[in-house]
Order: sequence, then structure tokens, then C-alpha cells
Amino acid sequence: MKAEVEILHPGLFSTIQDFGRRGFQKYGVPLSGVMDRIALKTANLILQNQADAAVMEITQMGPKLKFSAATKIAISGAHLSPKLNDTEIDNNEVVKIHEGDILSFGRPEYGMRSYLAILDGFKTEKVLGSRSWYEDITSHEKFEKGMKLQYEASEEEKYETHAAIKFDNEYLNSEVIEVFPGPEFEKLPETLKSHLRQSKFSIDKNNNRMAIQLSELLENELQPIITGPVLPGTVQLTPGGKLIVLMRDCQTTGGYPRVLQLSEKGINMMAQKKAGDKVRFLFKS
Amino acid sequence: MGERGILIEFEPEISERLLRKLLFYKNKLEEFYDEVNVEVINTYNSLLISYMFSIENVYNEVSAIKELFGEAKIGKINNQQIFHLPVCYEEEFGWDLEYISKEKKLSKEVIIQLHTKPFYTVFFTGFLPGFLYLGGLDKKLQISRRNEPRMKIEKGAVGIGENQTGIYPKSSPGGWQILGNCPVQFFDKNNDPPCEILAGDKVKFYSVSKEEFEEISEQISEGTFQLKKENYEG
Repeated sequence: MKAEVEILHPGLFSTIQDFGRRGFQKYGVPLSGVMDRIALKTANLILQNQADAAVMEITQMGPKLKFSAATKIAISGAHLSPKLNDTEIDNNEVVKIHEGDILSFGRPEYGMRSYLAILDGFKTEKVLGSRSWYEDITSHEKFEKGMKLQYEASEEEKYETHAAIKFDNEYLNSEVIEVFPGPEFEKLPETLKSHLRQSKFSIDKNNNRMAIQLSELLENELQPIITGPVLPGTVQLTPGGKLIVLMRDCQTTGGYPRVLQLSEKGINMMAQKKAGDKVRFLFKS
Repeated sequence: MGERGILIEFEPEISERLLRKLLFYKNKLEEFYDEVNVEVINTYNSLLISYMFSIENVYNEVSAIKELFGEAKIGKINNQQIFHLPVCYEEEFGWDLEYISKEKKLSKEVIIQLHTKPFYTVFFTGFLPGFLYLGGLDKKLQISRRNEPRMKIEKGAVGIGENQTGIYPKSSPGGWQILGNCPVQFFDKNNDPPCEILAGDKVKFYSVSKEEFEEISEQISEGTFQLKKENYEG
């Protein structure tokens, strides 16, 4: 049976995401997809969903939601004090939903982005092979009041699971981000290389799904490159000294020198950092 | 580049010769890999092999790639096409024609002539979905970007920035000098593939009047417009 989640209040910034759009980089279409893949996999695993079932990605201040029919949900990633009707609920466990239930969020406890998975995934529109929202590709780019998100209602108990799954939340709080040297790393003078290896950097308030800027400036004389490929996790260094960590919605090409490349785990960890948080880079090779 | 990408860089130049080489190797790589899990993209002087999952053994991958590259003698690019795109250069759309005319001491007619003459080469798509990096702009038309970028450039706007010319596939902020507008929507997210024009193809502009522009726009909304294209024998 078709069912809907109604958005009573949109919160700060929330979207629907899955693993993203594959095969369209050659048309200039960003990969998109969840910022933190670990949390997506965890939330879907708890519900025994397909690994890439579409979820809500909720940033800092969560929305207020109303469910039109019974289902189950699981929340993973950042802890944003979720409440079902008036009862506080926990992350990383199956939560039963009944018709008319209202889910809301409170104080952000830790992490930046929370993920809400629903039984069998959200059934919102699929464009170019993905349900991930991205401006001008999908009809919507963020939650707005009154929007309705489709899912399949499920009354019956398909299964009952008591197996405990152990979750490692360490990645949400660690400040160590794994990186590889980027294509232009070797062009940096030794002083800047060791600066990147040793210093702590702070997350700037300029951060979104496209890129996360770091606050500290790195004075440099690196020449721009001929426009070349970039990926989520590529760290660019601008002539003005800004380090820009490209994230899941980044453009497919760029002209700034690419000094670092975050590991997959590094990208997921970066996705959970908020303005003012500190990070340092651990070189994997 | 990380656990999900192998970047292959060539000499730092922008040329047709290098593009031919890149596309030849790109083709080889695409034949070698399963398209579902791997995507190969090119820019001016790089190929990026982008994997859906983390690469298990990078040394195996690299040696396989080396083997593919070793045997190859560069052939010509397959299935190249020329796309003829209409552009209306009239005042309503050609916001910076006056300025270019003064700066370059060329009449508007000559600017249009110079802009519609070349067969521009599509090097790759990037920056925005459907934004084509075109090479081959006449040197006489090369002009620096505006000092202050505009907050909003209309969808379809055709502009010049330094030695590049291109079409804005959607309305967005931008600093290029605007010559006209192309009514053809050549990137459509509802089609698969979403864009017919690919790296290695050629684009040629032709000038249309405001009336023709509107006629074409109407045909496009009715779905009756036929994009003019032909095979290119390079």
C-alpha cells in the first residue's frame, strides 16, 4: 500500500539520498549520494533493507514528520535527539511506526548528519538511475513544508530480529582523517607538505554537500592546473590559500591544484564534521 | 586518486592530437571494463577511471592498464558527429555584443561571422551538467571575463571567456561575455543518455533571427524540433 511521510516542518536542510548517480560524470552530472555511507549502510542493515535503499539525510536541525501508515524506521549517524510522538528514541535500532505518528528532532548531540532509513526505502522519483536530490536534476533540492515523500506501508511482521549488531560510533567523533597524496601534492614545497601532515585544521562555516572549506590559510605559489577531473574527497588548494574538501555533490572537473585525496572512510568522517570542529590528516601512503 | 579512482595524466597541453589519443585510450578502457562498475572520463589531458567500489588490488589494475596502452596504435575517433546549433545574436540576448564590438573594434556582423565559422571541438563536459568545453575560438574574439560576474545568466546563453566559448545549460551565475542564446536544450535529464553531444564531437553555430528563435522554441516544446547533425569525417 502506498504511504507518505508529510513534512510538517522542514528543519535546517534535509534531502533524500541513496548511493548516488553512476555513469553520468561524462555529462558533467555530479555523483551525489549520501555524504556518510557508513551511516546509510548501518541504517539499512538494521532494517534488512537493500544496502542502497533511499534514506533521509538530515543536517543538524531535523525536520518534523508525520507518517500516513505503519512501517519501521532506523536512524543512524549523527545523534540529533529524535522523538517519536513524545518519547525519546535511540539511534541504531528498529523503531515501529503507526499511522499518524509524528517524528521530531531536538538538540544535536554529536555528529553533523543523521540518516533515517525506512522499510524498503523511500520511493521518491528516480532520475538518471538514482533518487538522490540534486538541484535541476531532481524536482526537489531540499525539504519544504507540506512536501510528501512516498514509501510502501507494511503492517505485517515480516521478520523479527533479536540479533544484536554492534555499531562503531568512533568514526563520528575522531579527528583523524585518512588521506592519500593528491595528483599535485609533489608540487608543494617541503614546508607545506609537513604542514599538511602535522597541523590541525578547523572546519569553516562554509560547508555543504558540494564542499567543506577549512579555515586556516596555506600561503602558496602553486600554479593552476589545466582543468582536470576531481572526485568527492579531492582537496583543492586555491591561490588564496584555502583548502577546499570536495564532497558528494562536487562538480566533475576543476582547475585548482589537487593536493590531497581523502580515503572513502575519510569522506564519511568529514561528512560528520561541523563548523569549528578540528581535523588532522593521516597519510596512508 | 584515493581508493576509487585511477588518474592517468598526459602532457599538459590542449590539442586535438592529444584529445584523439585520450579518446582512443578511453575507448580501449571502456571495452576492457564492465561499464556498470567503472566509468572513464576525459578532460583536456587526463583520463580518470572512476570505480563504483574500492579498488581491490591497485597493482593488478595498473599493470592491466599498462598492457592496454602498450599495444595501442592511435586510430581515429569513431562515430564523430557535427551538431549544428542555432544561436540568436539579437540585442535581447547578445548582452555584451556592444562591449565586445568596442573592445575588439569589430562590427557585430563580423563578430557573428567569426563566431559561427569554426567547427568547435567538444573536449569534454564538466562544470555543470551538460556544459561543453569547446575549443577552436577565433583568436580575434578572445576576450577576458567580466570584472564582476553576473548573478544570473539565462539558460541557453552563449558566451566567451578567454579562449573558450560555450553555452550555459541552465541559468546560473557566471562571468563570461554573452553573445546570444541557443534555444536547443541539448541536455535532458529525462533522456538516457541525457546528452547526445560527447567528447570528440564537433559543434557549429548558425545565426537565427528572433522570429526563428521563437519558432524553434515552440517546436522544441512540442517535441517536433530536429537537431541538425551529420557524421564528421576527420
